[in-house]
Amino acid sequence: MQFYRAHVLICGGTGCTSSKSVEIKAEMEKELKALGIDNEVQVVMTGCFGLCEAGPIMIVYPEGTFYSHIKISDVKRIASEHLLKGRVVKDLLYYEAIQQDKIKSVNDVDFYAKQKRIALANCGLIDPENIDEYIALDGYQALVKVLTQMKPEDVIEEVKISGLRGRGGAGFPTGLKWQFAANYEDDMKYVCCNADEGDPGAFMDRSILEGTPHSLLEAMTIAGYATNAKKGYIYVRAEYPIAVKRLEIAIKQAKEYGLLGESIFDTNFSFDIEIRLGAGAFVCGEETALIESIEGKRGMPRTKPPFPAEKGIWGKPTLINNVETFANIPAIILKGGEWFSKIGTEDSKGTKVFALGGKITNTGLVEIPMGTTLREVIYDIGGGCPNGKKFKAVQTGGPSGGCLTSEHLDTPIGYDNLVKLGSMMGSGGMIVMDEDNCMVDIARYFLDFTCDESCGKCTPCREGTKRLKELLDKICTGKGSLEDLDRLEALAYYIQDNSLCNLGQSAPNPVISTLVHFRDEYLAHVIDKKCPTGVCKDLLHYTITDKCIGCGSCSKVCPQGCIEPVGKVINEKTNRRAYVIDSSKCIKCGACMDACPPKVSAIIRQ
Amino acid sequence: MKKSIADLARIRQEALKNIQLRDQNEASCRIVVGMGTCGISAGARPCLTAIVDEVHKRGLTNVQIVQTGCVGMCRLEPMFDVYLGNEKVTYVDMTPEKSRQVVVEHVVNKRVIHEYTIGAVENK
Ligand SMILES: Cc1cc2nc3c(=O)[nH]c(=O)nc-3n(C[C@H](O)[C@H](O)[C@H](O)COP(=O)(O)O)c2cc1C
Ligand code: SF4
Ligand code: SF4
Ligand code: FES
Ligand code: FES
Repeated sequence: MQFYRAHVLICGGTGCTSSKSVEIKAEMEKELKALGIDNEVQVVMTGCFGLCEAGPIMIVYPEGTFYSHIKISDVKRIASEHLLKGRVVKDLLYYEAIQQDKIKSVNDVDFYAKQKRIALANCGLIDPENIDEYIALDGYQALVKVLTQMKPEDVIEEVKISGLRGRGGAGFPTGLKWQFAANYEDDMKYVCCNADEGDPGAFMDRSILEGTPHSLLEAMTIAGYATNAKKGYIYVRAEYPIAVKRLEIAIKQAKEYGLLGESIFDTNFSFDIEIRLGAGAFVCGEETALIESIEGKRGMPRTKPPFPAEKGIWGKPTLINNVETFANIPAIILKGGEWFSKIGTEDSKGTKVFALGGKITNTGLVEIPMGTTLREVIYDIGGGCPNGKKFKAVQTGGPSGGCLTSEHLDTPIGYDNLVKLGSMMGSGGMIVMDEDNCMVDIARYFLDFTCDESCGKCTPCREGTKRLKELLDKICTGKGSLEDLDRLEALAYYIQDNSLCNLGQSAPNPVISTLVHFRDEYLAHVIDKKCPTGVCKDLLHYTITDKCIGCGSCSKVCPQGCIEPVGKVINEKTNRRAYVIDSSKCIKCGACMDACPPKVSAIIRQ
Repeated sequence: MKKSIADLARIRQEALKNIQLRDQNEASCRIVVGMGTCGISAGARPCLTAIVDEVHKRGLTNVQIVQTGCVGMCRLEPMFDVYLGNEKVTYVDMTPEKSRQVVVEHVVNKRVIHEYTIGAVENK
């Protein structure tokens, strides 16, 4: 095997690929060849590093130099300066990797230093298309251990001891679920991986699939052994082409090595995995809808019970787990359930990956131990709200989660804690809002999503979310009344109680939580007909005060031509008049306000 | 080809040698080669290549080889520093052959080759 003195890792995740990381890799290979050092420097395409917003990302080892926002034109300098002469190209470093001229390695950058990576451990460290690199980092050793030293019930016991709970949404104890699936006897059983990842903004599952696909294959095979299933399905959305491609490559490699297929390691255990592509409907992430979809039917939830563990795919017992849940399994087997259970809190063990988004400096994927506070995640890792804005709320749990306020920032993150506060863990979306966000508008935004995604099977969800949205529209446009707030609340609880699946049951969460925590904003909308943040345009009014000097700047920029000098006379001699906005024509673009000379500032927005 | 458990262990061993370079906590020894313009023209590249090759041949997985720019002593190039434990030793006026000796003697056998160090050469 060739030995390299330096490794250049280029992110090949979805984010960086879309900003040309594939071309950057090709360019790097070309440059290294031109310098004659292509046989001493290895170029590797990895999975997502989690800081996609700083992408394309390039890490140079052994130093661990962290370059961000790389362009094709930067490659030549990195090759000739850093890789040939050993001089770090400082102006291309990630901003936090260089402070007072001291260069930090990737592991010492705050964003990474505060994380604990189990599920994402290999992401950004190995070449996901090279099974040997996975094997180098103990890959498939858990499978060896399970098949040679453990009985199926030992495996289940180990998972139970770990305290691992499902990472896909509901947080059901994984060991118990495996136990249920193992208990049902049948001639055929299935293991299914839910890689539908429907939450807008969440992309941890995609990153795992793209960054370490073998982890998933290994874990599913272990689950197959533990539950006596012969066949696995990975249900992944077709919008994840890179993930699908890497999974296909991984499956092919695992089959070649005999890690999937007949008589694995010459034991009498055989297991096979197939990919099923989903069309990307949110509801298809719900496990029973997912099963329908795999069977080729329209993705609509079934009534439970029977749960999938009893009657799943083709009516056979089926174990269904989320990608991130599975990604924890190899480490649990190798290091022991005991080790895992020491991380986290009483009811929530291990780590959780969150997708930080919204008004936060470092958007990206972070994996932290359960029990870390929201404050640590948002400020220490996420870097707080950008541009010195004040933090207002954080929404956890995706479109069906709830909004929490600054009062809750010191809450240790855990399944039960978040539910207690009216939100949930969900799949790990975390969207930060600052003082400029209108909470009524936010609730409307999420409702818009769930309303669109309702499969239509049950009336409370199908009709109810639509009516909720209409009420919110009414409030945001200043047509709402106090009675509407009561209607909103009553309907929200009704939908929660009467929907078949969790989509409907949780869809009102954003409404309920904002009604509880930000009632004053709702009241401002319905009583004063004002949007305190100025987001709801229909509630805004631009007016010109008597500070107006009649310069006419605003009139020139108004796209509607609705500002005329028809106000009171300001100059008797010239008969100059103040300008007035015809609010019936105003589209509230704000252009006039920007145009008015700052020292005059005659235009106000209310 | 189907792999046995023993095959898997072998693949792991081999692949680990390469991938360990990316482990920030592993390296116990660092060799820092001067690769400024002066160093390169004085023949630092063949030395670097020789070090890389020797380190690999001996399967030393805990050695980091990095380069640095001109350190301002151009007449003593090619030169490199070996950081082992808390100690830093600077070797100067190197050749590929001498570089290999340093890897064997200093890095593997933990014996500094004094005659090649900056102290010895400077006092000549
Ligand atoms: C509307 C809806 C969407 C869901 N989407 C997903 C999803 O995208 N991925 C996922 O793993 N689980 C999703 N779930 C949760 C699954 O139904 C199921 O609980 C989960 O896959 C079980 O795996 P776990 O125990 O490992 O979390 C969704 C649930 C609902 C109600
Ligand atoms: S609650 Fe909504 S998404 Fe779920 S089954 Fe009913 S209509 Fe479909
Ligand atoms: S807000 Fe826009 S449309 Fe309205 S008056 Fe000002 S410039 Fe005209
Ligand atoms: S895709 Fe490159 S860091 Fe996420
Ligand atoms: S036009 Fe009146 S102050 Fe600008």
